[in-house]
This record gives sequence, C-alpha cells and structure tokens, in this order.
Amino acid sequence: MVSRGNAGQLTRRQFVAAGALGGAALAVGCKGGRQGDWEFLSDGQARSLAVICDQIVPADDFPSASQTGVLNYIDRQLMRHYRRHREAYREGLEQAEELSRKQFGQEMSSLSEPQKLEMVEKLAVENSKFFWVVRNHTMEGYYGSPRHGGNRDAVSWRMLGLAEPPVRGRAQYDLTKYDPGGAAS
Amino acid sequence: MKRVNVVIVGAGAAGGVVAKELAVAGLSVVLLERGKWYTANDCRKDDLRNQRTSLLGNAFGPEDEGNPRVWVDAKGAAHTALASEGVYQNDAACVGGGTLSYGAQAWRYLPQDFRMRSTYGAPAGSSLEDWPIDYDELEPYYEKAEYEIGISGDYSGTPFHGPRKRPLPMPPLPPGREFGILEPAAKRLGLHPFHIPMARNSVPYNGRGPCMRCRWCVGFACEVDAKNGSQNTVIPIALGTGNCELRTECMVKEILTDDRGRARGVAYFDEAGHLQEQLCDLVVVSGCAVESARLLLNSKSRLFPDGLGNRYDQVGRNLQGHHYTGAVGFFDFETYDDIGPGATIAVSDYNHGTPGLCGGGMLANEFIRLPIHMIDRLPENTPSWGLGHKQAMRHWHKRCIQIFGPTQQIPTADARVTVDPTVKDKWGLPVARIAGNVHPHTFEIGEMQATRAEAWLKEAGAIHTSRMAGKAELVSAGQHQAGTCRMGEDLRSSVVDRDCRIHDVDNVFVIDSSVHVTNGGFNPALTIMAVAYFASDALKKNWKGTGFRS
Repeated sequence: MVSRGNAGQLTRRQFVAAGALGGAALAVGCKGGRQGDWEFLSDGQARSLAVICDQIVPADDFPSASQTGVLNYIDRQLMRHYRRHREAYREGLEQAEELSRKQFGQEMSSLSEPQKLEMVEKLAVENSKFFWVVRNHTMEGYYGSPRHGGNRDAVSWRMLGLAEPPVRGRAQYDLTKYDPGGAAS
Repeated sequence: MKRVNVVIVGAGAAGGVVAKELAVAGLSVVLLERGKWYTANDCRKDDLRNQRTSLLGNAFGPEDEGNPRVWVDAKGAAHTALASEGVYQNDAACVGGGTLSYGAQAWRYLPQDFRMRSTYGAPAGSSLEDWPIDYDELEPYYEKAEYEIGISGDYSGTPFHGPRKRPLPMPPLPPGREFGILEPAAKRLGLHPFHIPMARNSVPYNGRGPCMRCRWCVGFACEVDAKNGSQNTVIPIALGTGNCELRTECMVKEILTDDRGRARGVAYFDEAGHLQEQLCDLVVVSGCAVESARLLLNSKSRLFPDGLGNRYDQVGRNLQGHHYTGAVGFFDFETYDDIGPGATIAVSDYNHGTPGLCGGGMLANEFIRLPIHMIDRLPENTPSWGLGHKQAMRHWHKRCIQIFGPTQQIPTADARVTVDPTVKDKWGLPVARIAGNVHPHTFEIGEMQATRAEAWLKEAGAIHTSRMAGKAELVSAGQHQAGTCRMGEDLRSSVVDRDCRIHDVDNVFVIDSSVHVTNGGFNPALTIMAVAYFASDALKKNWKGTGFRS
C-alpha cells in the first residue's frame, strides 16, 4: 500500500519476540525501556499498576500494555497533564493491593494469570471509579501516539494494519490508480 | 496608544472576514486575539492533544491552566470545567479560531433554515424564531465566502440546496472508499448523495497547493496549508493593506463606554499581562457565542449595570450548537482506506420535510478515524477491556463506517451563558457559566436521524449497527456554538439588529455565530463567514469617514 511500509513493518515473528523481550525486561525491573527511576510511581506502585494494565490490554500475538510502555505513559502524565489524578492512583493502587491480600493472601504481581484476571474483575466492581481511570489511561497509552511514552514502536497501530510512520504527502498515494470501490492503492 | 477606527475582538472565522473587509475599505483596524498565531511548525500530529481529541489538552487553546468555566448539571449543581473537557464547550483560541483546525465542511444553510418558526411553528417551551434576513439576501455573501476562502465540492447530485448563481470554485477531491460503498446504497434508498463542500484545496488555489490526503485532518492544523481558514486567507489580506494590526495573546477585559452610552474603546490585558486601553470609533465583538456573550456581560457600567446590550436580559440566552446523531455500521469487509480527510459524502434529504418533525439535519460519513477514536466505538456487547476488546479493535478498525451529522437544535431561552459570581480566570475576569438545555424535541429529531443512518448503513451492507443518539444533559454548544446574541427586530427578544449592531449602542457590533437565530442542520463555519461579509457591507455603507454615525 505504501512504499515505506515494508521496510518499517515488523513481521509477526519479530513482534512476538519483541513482546517476549519486553516482558522479560519488565520482570527484572527495567522501567519500560527508559533509564532511571519512574517520575511519579514507586517501584511497588508500578508493579501493581502493571498487573491491572496488562489485564486491560493483555498479550496475545501482540504485546500487552506494560510491554509497550503504557506505564511509562501513565507515569509521565501524572507529572504533566494528569496531575489531578495522582491521589486516585495512590489510593487506588493501595486499595487494589489490600483487596489482593484479602482475597488471595499475596500481592498482585505474585498471583497466577487466572488470579490476576479475577482480581482485576473484582477491582472493576469494587472500585469502578479508579478502574475506569486506569482503563482509559491504558487505552490512551496503548493506542495513542508513541510520543507520549506508550505504544512503543507504534505497535498497536501496526496491529491495526496502519502504516507507521503515518503516511504524509501526496507522493505517498498514486491517486491516478485509486479505485474507490476496490482495494486501496 | 493611537486611536483607530475599529477594534475587532477575536480573530476567528468572523473576525478575520470583518478585519479584511474593513481594512480593504480603508478603515484602520486593530484585531485583538487572546490566543497565538500558529504556523505549520506547530502542526504536530498528536492524536491525544488536538482540538478534536483533547485528552491531554487543547493544541490550539485555551490552556487548561487559568481558563476555567462553570457548567450547571441537570440537577442544578455547578461544577468547574477544564478547557479540555467536553462540558467546557470549547472553541479554539488562536488566530483563525476554529478554522485553523476544523474539518472544514463549508455548508450553506437551506432557505428554510432562516424561516424555522414560519415553517414549523415554535414548539411549546422553545424560543424558535425566524432570522430577520433570509437566504436570498445572504446568497451573494455565501458566494463571496466560497470564492475568497476557497471551497471544493459539488452540489450537482442534490436538489436540496438554495438557489446559487455560480458553482463552487474547486472540484471535489477524488472519492474515498467509503464514498464508493455509500453512494450506490443511498441511491437505492432514493436519496441524493453528493460531494461535501469543503474549505480545502482540491487543486492549487489562492496561491497554495492541494490537500495531500493525510489522516491528520479534523482537529489538526494542516501542515501543507491546504485547509482554508481565516488565518491563511482573509487575515493575511487584512494585514497586507497596512490598515490592520493584529495583536495576539491579548485578552479583552471590557468594552469601555462614555457618559452618553457609546463605546469609546476596549480595555485589554496584553501579552505581558499589562492592562491597556485601545480607543476606537467602533467595536466589533467576534469572540464566538460563549466568549462574546461573556464580554458583553462583563462590560458593566453606570448606564449598563447588567452588561452591554443586555437591557432586556437577552445576552447569553438561546445558546445552541448541534446535537450529533447517527450510527456506526460494522461490515464483513474492509471499508477503510487511510486516506484523508475521510468525510466525503453527504445527503441533505433529511434536513426538512418530515411530518411531525421541526427540521432534521445533514448526514455524512465521518472524518478519518484514529485508533484512539475506536476504543469506545465497537459493536454493542463488546467487552470494554481485556482480550475481547483488543481483538475487537483489531477486527473492526478497518471494517466500520460512521454516518452522522448535526441535528438542527430547537433553542430555548433557558440554555444560556451568564458570568459566574465567584469563579475567575487568570486575568481575574468572571468566567462563563453555562446552564440549561435545548428543547426536548431536538432529541426526537436526533432519534429519527440515527434510524436513518442505520438504514443507510444496512443498505450498504453493514452486518450490524450501533446507534448514536440519546439526550444530552447539557446544551451541546462546543465548536458549533451559536445563538447568544441573536439577531432580531424585537428589542425584547434579541440582542442585535439585522446588521449585527447591538440594539442599545450604535457603535458596538456582534459579528459571529452569536447572532445566529437558529443554527441550521449543517456545520456553521461558512454561514458565520457569509454573515460577516453581509454585516461588513452594511457597516461600510454606514461609515461616515471619521466617526461612526448611523
């Protein structure tokens, strides 16, 4: 469709590999690909938040929320446009861990995958206000522009089949061959 | 500071036109704009921070910091709103106003749109009225706007438009894939689909090149300057005359009046925050419906204790915009071609003439979608998170079409802008307080429009559809805001006369969407510009050389 698309596009196998690497990196404490500490979150809060975000956008053939830097996005915005949500995150994450200890006797990041899902489903009911804040921010980080720290390498846009970088310029399209009823040129 | 003939407050769709018309006629003009003048270098393609999707703020103003408004919910409780929140009812604050980053649909209203009360009668509880001017009077000014601003499109497919003397100056852009899917379906339904008129170059025009068809259009400034607003058409002409000075980042505090009740100038905070006075012969208020009303209401004096032009408590009333209704259709084949601007096809068959309904609206396909727009636009019963949501995003992003449009609203006197008694902005000025709603009949029209959009999508092959309708809690003014200083002959039910002059004060004009008596079932920008050309003409005719006397 687009001349530069092929060079820039990962194959599915490369995708999966990138996702697996991202997951491993997170497990050993890498801050979503950035050097240094989180700007707002503590390491503990980041661990809890990653569990919630990764249920909201789990990994399948394409990476999960935390694997593409969604925590990075949220952390940065809590120092910028979303300063007003700081208290919600502090309290919400604390309550979520409390819920996890009460329900499963351990912290969220130690739960098994089915338990994590059960846990987040419970959170969505018991603290739906906080859950929806995280849900929306996770979607923004995952599907929004990579410039804000999430959607690393525009992975979600590629997942949707969109060319990245975004096509610019009439030269990218051969409009003389464009057939409105058929496939895109 | 040197006295000038005219101060215009607001460099948007209307203010730019008035500045050009008066400066070319030889009047000295100061154009004050509270925002900045952006260039192509500011046109970053940020899907989370633009004028359409402002999750991380408005790209072209106002900033969240220091510019609050207050809105009142259906139960009467007041809340403070940030400029990037929907309830704020924002329109951009920058040179060009909304026209820098709009989708650029450039519609003429239909003849009936100026005669809503005569055509339908006013529903009980509404403030539905006729305009004091009609389509035929405005027609030459629509044409002037189409040629000076630069409009592409083709009306030849539809009989539903007012008489016109010349075709549009540019042909439409080549159709997108959605056009190819929707056009035959509309024709099978007996409708009259056609190419949307757009303030967008399809061919080189006005010294600038054509649209490059990228996906970053509505909500963004155009990086190749192919989208036509006041900032790249009339304002440069105004400045080129040498008679117009544009001062940006200047916030007008109030219109100053003398002992005889005439305006003598404006007081404003300049770029550095210093209070300045600019004296002039006449003042034109072009701040858009919410801010224009606010400025008049904040311009209090001994002779005008309730604000300028507000003797009969009319300023700020009849606030309206558009209730957007329609449907999303989901298909078992790919409908998406990633070619902007996206919106290409419309029908005006439903604007008028449905028994039992006071009007209707245009229906068109949506501008190009970005991934973030899809997260809550998936088929009903799709999980809102988790694996099911992710897979639905993947499955449907390229397999849906949205058809919707601006339903003409039936105004009420209770939907209004006042100034808040306590909340102030960063300059210490009382902020706009927005309350009330349009007449409930508006929502009945909207339900019908959603049903029609569903039928069109199903005819086009949609395997299922989701409706977009319902009742809004607050008047939906937003970028299409209008009505707060409406035109009329009756001093007790309007604010300005047919020439856009305030009834009370003979040298103060309101020229912008505030004067719209009703707002049509179309995007309002071209009508705002046409009315600005019309009012400028009247103003020039009444100009007596040194001072303004009617």
